Amino acid sequence: MKDGPTRDAYGQALIDIGANDPRIVVLDAGVSDSSRSKKFGDKFPDRFFNMGIAEADMVCTAAGLATTGKVAFATGFACFLLGRTMDQILVSVAYSNTNVKLVGTHTGLAVGEDGPTAQMIVDIAYMRAMPNMIVVQPADWEETVQATRALAEYKGPAYFRLGRPKVKGIFDSSYKFNIGKGRVVKKGSDLVIFATGIMVQESLTAMEMLEKDGINPTLVNISTLKPIDRDLIIEMASSHKAVITAEDHNYIGGLGDAVGEVLLDAQISKPFKRIAVKDHFAETGTGPELFEKYGLSANHIAHAVRDSLR
Amino acid sequence: MNESPLTIPDITQLKKTALELRRLALKIIFQAGSGHPGGSFSAADLMAALFFGGILDHDPSNPDDPKRDRFLLSKGHATGIYYSVLAKAGYFPESDLEGYRKINSARFLSGHPHPKTPGIEIASGSLGQGLSVGHGIALGTRLDGYDSKVYVILGDGELHEGQIWEAAMSADKFKSNNLIAIVDYNKVAQDNITRDLKDLEPLEDKWNAFNWDVHRIDGHNMKAIMDVLQLPLHPEKPRVIIADTIKGKGVSFMEGKTAWHGVAPSQEDYDKALKELV
Repeated sequence: MKDGPTRDAYGQALIDIGANDPRIVVLDAGVSDSSRSKKFGDKFPDRFFNMGIAEADMVCTAAGLATTGKVAFATGFACFLLGRTMDQILVSVAYSNTNVKLVGTHTGLAVGEDGPTAQMIVDIAYMRAMPNMIVVQPADWEETVQATRALAEYKGPAYFRLGRPKVKGIFDSSYKFNIGKGRVVKKGSDLVIFATGIMVQESLTAMEMLEKDGINPTLVNISTLKPIDRDLIIEMASSHKAVITAEDHNYIGGLGDAVGEVLLDAQISKPFKRIAVKDHFAETGTGPELFEKYGLSANHIAHAVRDSLR
Repeated sequence: MNESPLTIPDITQLKKTALELRRLALKIIFQAGSGHPGGSFSAADLMAALFFGGILDHDPSNPDDPKRDRFLLSKGHATGIYYSVLAKAGYFPESDLEGYRKINSARFLSGHPHPKTPGIEIASGSLGQGLSVGHGIALGTRLDGYDSKVYVILGDGELHEGQIWEAAMSADKFKSNNLIAIVDYNKVAQDNITRDLKDLEPLEDKWNAFNWDVHRIDGHNMKAIMDVLQLPLHPEKPRVIIADTIKGKGVSFMEGKTAWHGVAPSQEDYDKALKELV
């Protein structure tokens, strides 16, 4: 199992995939050193297009490239990649159904000190609401590598949500990522936690704390937020007494809502708590400090579990 | 000027074709009861030259040929003329135009373009995106080693969108000389004359400052249009053709009128217009 930031894993995966697949082209909006797409550019300069700080132009250029049979990975900081381009994504990517992968790095409060203009907390909501768009957020290095490959093979628009900080390895090479499939990370009893991205790691830390008190919830990794693994969610929610969702994203329109929609549609009524940003902007501070102050840390998850089982 | 390898029908024939396209565009807008006649007519001569003057290297029977030249209508509201051109060029039967702006349209002839319609590369309808998309296509075909050209028709009001100038910088950076923008400079937008919304002048200076190969022509002079479209590519600069046009060109009571941006003619106006389009 390999530790490291998911953005780093993406940068490495692009090179490996690009070496054997000439259809892969990569675009960046002037942040390729941070988004890690630069490595691809150094290796395959003909297939790398740094569009400067012009996200709208980048997204539509990617769409144009896609119409010529390329698989276009348009990479940037999630805040600006999506925030400045909702219309471009809707018309030239989603509605036109072009083979563009929007890769947003630096997501959530985990970004830390750069503050709320750099902490993207509404991107899952944006992208889930867009017809034709799928949404994937990997939890660790291995899953990022496999998901990058899967998205290169998948034909159609996708949003790939990556993070800035280092995360612990959760999966080894025996893991098999599939678009649309969740995965039970740890089988327990009583309560099920559905987590996505960095919150899988945070949930595992919470579970270590709970284990000392003899509490062993089940943890499920939901890496495809759309289309969501409805069958697994129904199966897991039905076989546990309570449900918790965990995401580094606003609580409107993200994982919590997506799981809640599945449960409501299936008429499954369970105690239900959402660990998420509570519809406000955060502030500057380190990622862990913000997680503690804004309710996303392992402590908060552990507390929510205890509270649900009381 | 290099001699074009393509057959060039004579100017008189092209003018006749443009007239037929205007009649067809007005007919489908009239039948639909909605649409954009003004911007369709200002672009009619430019599009007639591109599609029927032997400029666009394409084959409607093989619309996915990766080596084809591409055409993008960035000012996507002018579907009246666009669909008429595509039908006449053979992408689908003219009878399918009956589905224009109607539910369950056989060729997905929506108010604004979508690639479900044969001959259309990408959706448009939100202004400002087409030049970037066209540039992406220009980069992609170049990567594949083809000498395809990409023609993008822009509206003049559309140049208010900042993204156009992002794309202008990008095409200069990548020396995308196979990208050819044509500004349908009809001086009139939905709300007002373009100059009063936000003046574009000095427009040639703007494109020159972005390091494009700039040409300015009368967009209703078929000879001038054909001459500029037959110029060999600039060795490295992308090209912009600023075509001075008249909104509603061809129908006296529509010409230069904001009111004819986005309304269909009444039966009376339709009959009157057809009498002029001869």
